[in-house]
Order: sequence, then C-alpha cells, then structure tokens
Amino acid sequence: MSVWFKILLIPIVAIFGVFIGMLYKGVDRILIARMQSRVGPPISQPYRDFKKLMVKDNIIPRNAVKWLFNLMPVVALSTTLIILLYIPLGGTMPLLEGHGDLILVLYLLIFPALALVLGGFSSGSPYAIIGAQREMIVLMSYEFPLAIISISIAWLLSFTQQATNVFSFLVISNNVIWSLVGPVGFIGLLLLFLVLLFVMQGELGRVPFDVSKADTEIAGGVLAEYSGRNLALFYLTNITKMVVIGSLIIALFLPWNISALLNLTGVFAYSLDLLFFLIKLFLVIFIGSTLIRAAAARLKINQVVTAYWLHAMLISLFGLILIWIDIILQTL
Amino acid sequence: MIRKRKISAEEHKELEKAKKIKKLETEIKSIWIFNWFNSCGFTELVPVVGSRWDMERFGIIITSTPRHADVLFIAGYQTVKSLKRAKRIYEQMPEPRVVVALGSCTMTGGMYWDSYNTIKRLEDYIPVDLYIPGCPPRPEAIFEAVHKIMVHVQEGVKKLKASKHG
Repeated sequence: MSVWFKILLIPIVAIFGVFIGMLYKGVDRILIARMQSRVGPPISQPYRDFKKLMVKDNIIPRNAVKWLFNLMPVVALSTTLIILLYIPLGGTMPLLEGHGDLILVLYLLIFPALALVLGGFSSGSPYAIIGAQREMIVLMSYEFPLAIISISIAWLLSFTQQATNVFSFLVISNNVIWSLVGPVGFIGLLLLFLVLLFVMQGELGRVPFDVSKADTEIAGGVLAEYSGRNLALFYLTNITKMVVIGSLIIALFLPWNISALLNLTGVFAYSLDLLFFLIKLFLVIFIGSTLIRAAAARLKINQVVTAYWLHAMLISLFGLILIWIDIILQTL
Repeated sequence: MIRKRKISAEEHKELEKAKKIKKLETEIKSIWIFNWFNSCGFTELVPVVGSRWDMERFGIIITSTPRHADVLFIAGYQTVKSLKRAKRIYEQMPEPRVVVALGSCTMTGGMYWDSYNTIKRLEDYIPVDLYIPGCPPRPEAIFEAVHKIMVHVQEGVKKLKASKHG
C-alpha cells in the first residue's frame, strides 16, 4: 500500500470506528432495556443524542480554565481515533503497521482517561474535581492487570516463536496464542482473558466501575460541568473507546479469520472477515460490558481498587505463572 | 463592496425564533431531563423510568447535572428557600431549555395555599412552559405532557417550513 492510499484510508477508519460504536451503543441500550423487560430506545438513539448535544449551548463555567476545558474533549476523541489506526480492524492488519505496537497502544489508552481527568480538574466544580480524583484512582488500578496481560502474551510469543518484535500486532494476530500452549497454559490464558474482560468495564467507566461519573453521588462527576459540543465529543470518545477495547481484546485473544479456514481470497474474503470481526466484537461487548452492566450495581471506590489491585492482579499473576510452568513443561 | 442588508428588529426576532424551533426539533428526539422534586412528585414519577411505562423508548433519560439537561421538571411546592436553588438550576441549564411544572402546588399552592412560606405561582419566578395538574400527577399525565411538547414543536416546524424562513 502506498503512503497516499493509507492517508486516504485514515478518515474511513475513523468514520468506521465511530459508526460501529454508535450502532453497538444503540444495540447495547436496547439489550439492556430488554433485560429489564422494557422496550428500549430506537437503534439510532446515540446518533440522535449526539446531534442534539451538537445543537445545544456550550457553557464554559466562570471558574474554569478555559483553554484546558475546551481542549480536553478534542484530545480525548483524537487520541481514541488514533488508537484505531494501530489496532487490527476487520480481519486486516492495522493501518500504521510497523510504526507502533502493543506498548504504544497501552500508552495511548491512558490519554482519553487522562484528558477526562484534566477536563474535570479544569472545570472548577467541586463535583468534577472529586470525579477527576476518582477517575485517576480507577485509571491507576486497572493499568497494572492490563500491563501484566500484555507482557505475558509477548513473553509467551518470545519463548515459543522466537520472534524478535513480539509486541507487534503482526506477530500477535498471526499466532493464535491458544494453540501455542498445553493444558496448564490454556488455563492460564483463560484466566488472563477473563481479567481482560474485567478490565474492559473499568476502562469504559461503566456500571460496576463508574465511580468517577457516579450519577447519584457526585452529580455526573468529571462531566458535571460539560455541556453542548464538548459533552458531545466526550460522548463520542466513550462510544469509540468501546470499539477500541473490543478490537484490542479480539487482536490479543481471538485473532481467528474465517477466510483462512475456507481458503478464500479477494474482496469476498475481506467482507467475510469484516462480518466475522463484527460478530466477534458484538460478542465481546455483550459479554464483557452489557451483561455486567445489566447485572451489577456500582461498587464503592475502595471496592474498585481492591477488585483491580488485589483480585485482578493476583489472578493475572497466577495466569502468568501457569504460562511459565507450561513453557517449562514444553521445553523439558 | 457587499453591504449587509439591514434587518429590522421584528425580522431579527423572527429569525431567532426560527433558529430556536430548528434546535428544538432535534431536541425532542432525545430529551434529557433534570428532576427537582419533593417526595410525592418523585414517588409518582419513578414508575415512568421503570418497565411499565419506560420513557427511554422515546429517548428520554434522567441526567444527574443541570448542564446536561434539556427539560427541568419541578414537582411540588417550592419554599422561599428551595426556590433559590431551583432558580440556580434553571440558570445553569444550556439553551434551549424547557421548564415543566408538576402538581397543583406549583400552580396555586395546592394544599399549602395558606402557608406563609410557599410559592403560590411558580410562573412569577421561573418561566414555566407547561403545567401538569394533579396532586401528584399520574405517570400517564406526564406522558401526555411530553406528547404535547412534541406535537407543539412539530407544528412549529411545519409552520416554519411554510413560511419564508424555512
């Protein structure tokens, strides 16, 4: 692919991410409603919300740091869209393959949350400041299990495949990691997969871990002072982040392509892969986010930290040790 | 040199109104409400969120901060003290905003008509767009009110399209 073709593809990938995010957000809201025996909004409701927010007044509070307050929604959305370019989407390689890897994606994933924190601090409202502090605590909690998971996958690949650039998505998604391990390592990988699904909910700031936006406690938390266009951008960020984390999980743990199984090539194979990817993405979002959101209530802030620092970390370390034992058993 | 056509005050007013109607047209498709309630109004409005009436099917959800809200629901009597807060909440909401007052307390003072400390007519303090009578109003009445808002806005849009500003 030439450089110009890639540059042409960048807006298409961004629009694809936002569109799929809106679609799945609508489906997510309908499914939640059905689980609570309600009818639920129309599937285009996220788009309608976004359109309405763009029309509304954009209020900047008098106490706010104006430039920071206005800049942070843009930073949050743009970094989320940048991550889309580094993650394999729709069964193909990432658009900027060779320019960034898993480590870069992990760092970029911090940016939207950090933008939210800075936006909360700059808005000058006590509710937003409490929300921003909580968001930071949640951010610090889920980063550690996430790091353990990605490092153990790279470690497994470096032992079994003797690849040099194990953090590259090209290597990660060409090797199905489940086939590289024995039964002990399989259990370890399963534990890591479950922890990653657990981390997804915290990363999205959704119900069991939505302490930073706690509606009934701190009046919207970090977003308390945002309205109009700025709020619309944060709304889009959250929607796109769902796609980003879903495709990250797919790239790490479920990298199967249907065209390789059926020996297909050409446009037909691409579209079939895209369809298969969308189904996988839906399943990941449904199991990792929608089901938990419908079933659970909000945790307290100390419970969130304990859940991630203690339980998720111990489980992921246990998974790492199981993979290590498996590698030793294989080399014996 | 292009000179800007001078707009008369009346025409300017019409243009502003046309803009507001266009904004309201997108707003009625996803109404985010903020509640400023006392107890009896709240207990009658909670079922609207639940599975029997389910207001989310019209895109209506409850927000937690006035900055996100389009519609302010005020239920029950306002005392001199709580009216200050209600006014402040109204001022914090972004334009275009709508105020709906629930219950007979907001219209006439209701059963607190002879109290020294309650507000008898909310209209005198906050621009109320719609009253819903009842003590407290049933959830059906709230849906009827929302339907009336929607029909009103759609009629405005139709009129606008027929006129020259459409």
